Amino acid sequence: MTGGGAAGVSRRSVLAGMTGLAGLGVGAAAGVGIGRSDRREPEAALASQTVDFYGTHQAGIVTPPQAHANFVGLDLVDPRDPATLAGILRLWSQDGARLVQGVPGLADPEPELAPNPSRLTVTVGLGPGAFDAAPLRAKRPGWLGPLPSFAIDRLQDRWGQTDLIVHVGSDDPLTLAHATRILTAEVRTLVKTRWVQRGFRTARGTQPDSQTQRNLFGQIDGTVQPAADRYDELIWDDGADQPWLAGGTSMVVRRIAMHMDTWEALDRGGREFALGRRLGNGAPLTGTEEHDEPDFTATKNTFPVIPETSHIARAHRRADHEQFLRRSYNYDEPPEPPVDGMPADSSNIGLVFVTYQRDPVKQFVPVQQRLSDLDHLNEWTTPIGSAVYAMLPGAEPDRPLGYSLFH
Amino acid sequence: MTTIELRKSDHVAQRRTLRLPLVLIAAFAVLLGVAACGSNDDDSSGSRTDSSSQADALTVSDAWVKAVAEPGMTGAFGTVTNNSDKDVRIVSGSSDLAGSVELHEVVDGQMQQIEGGFTVPAKGTLTLAPGGNHIMLMGLTEPIGAGNDVAIVLTCADGSTIEFEGQARDFAGAQEDYAP
Repeated sequence: MTGGGAAGVSRRSVLAGMTGLAGLGVGAAAGVGIGRSDRREPEAALASQTVDFYGTHQAGIVTPPQAHANFVGLDLVDPRDPATLAGILRLWSQDGARLVQGVPGLADPEPELAPNPSRLTVTVGLGPGAFDAAPLRAKRPGWLGPLPSFAIDRLQDRWGQTDLIVHVGSDDPLTLAHATRILTAEVRTLVKTRWVQRGFRTARGTQPDSQTQRNLFGQIDGTVQPAADRYDELIWDDGADQPWLAGGTSMVVRRIAMHMDTWEALDRGGREFALGRRLGNGAPLTGTEEHDEPDFTATKNTFPVIPETSHIARAHRRADHEQFLRRSYNYDEPPEPPVDGMPADSSNIGLVFVTYQRDPVKQFVPVQQRLSDLDHLNEWTTPIGSAVYAMLPGAEPDRPLGYSLFH
Repeated sequence: MTTIELRKSDHVAQRRTLRLPLVLIAAFAVLLGVAACGSNDDDSSGSRTDSSSQADALTVSDAWVKAVAEPGMTGAFGTVTNNSDKDVRIVSGSSDLAGSVELHEVVDGQMQQIEGGFTVPAKGTLTLAPGGNHIMLMGLTEPIGAGNDVAIVLTCADGSTIEFEGQARDFAGAQEDYAP
């Protein structure tokens, strides 16, 4: 992305004839082409697409989501030493900038795994523990702490808050694994990886970037998003509370188990009532297209067309500021033995639910509280992990990640 | 390591003095990818008759050091570029963190001091990498933790010097046997 803007796709990718930021439809057309005439060229174009590492904001936030993501939660071995944190952020800046260009890490033992960035992004955030060092205590954003306890939560420590998060995204899972390994290996004595939440979406090229993805309940998931011209107000921090954070944002990562066995027992009508949208195209039950504004006042035989208990009726913002960017990923892991407080399920499927907003307490929590109080979907979903991070402002070649925090 | 263009991502830092605090982590200074300096360009005599020094022709990029948990020895790596049209020979090195600095080659899996030092070919590069030519920091007085900056000075055949810094990182390789 050229300087200052949100992370987009570089000129290289535009020249390759693929989609730009929020591209419309071109990707789909290219996807058709892959199967018909030229098998190699479109794939090479996808592999060589890059997203700039540098900019006012970190890439990987308003960047159109890549097909695969690793969310890596790490704890500092010595959280009292701010120099260690600064050193980690410099190493990640140095290798992040290289890897996203398809250049091997500086000490990369496997350079052959680097040359297909496939829109690789590396995005770094700090949890509350990163501010435990005395010089940093006063720099912790006011909202950076555990979310309130919600009645629906069955949180497991193993998906809990960590000192750091590295979110690596790419359309190529091999590139993703390599980049994740390089970034974690080079600081292995300084941090301990507590969890890795691996997420996926539909493969690149199977649908336009602008098309909303589906979760594994089959729902179109993530329809409601802030308008791009309001990112500066709703997503990016303006430095009013913590000047060093200007250009950064907050990230909420919640792991939400989805109970497939009971969901699949519902008939299609029941599933649509629970959500408030049609499964086919995501249109609200009062509309015909995905992005039609839901009409929560519409009734049929005196009953609301969109049930008041439905997910979208509860999630719909009650105030203008209750908006945030949704950038979730599906997960599908090997089944595990039942956990207390959770229905047994033959699957281990769910959502790495990710949101970005300037202030999670003000923008996100009211919505989450409403959903916790009442949401028909809660019958088939359980939050099992929750963490909040201060996402650093973007880096520049001479200003590594965290520069404003330490200067 | 491959030589690659980093589109300004490597910050150029000019060092005019040879004495620096060696561990600059708290300074969180800059991303040091390239450093270049000559030893004599601050010379106040004003009578620079000959062309610039050998070190003036060199730049060091992509420098890094293997972090070590124990005092002892470790390796430093990077790419040295010679921008002049004459070969430049690097004959020795030093670092405040190390009792001595040696210039090594690896022959049949054994590393040894390279006789006569490294030659950086005219308009060419010298790659310093694990398993190949590298700089060895011997007699470390303390561990070098990942994230720390290490300053190293290289001396050319004409006595001119170039200083650069490499950031230490955890790295499993560079385990070559040492055959003194």
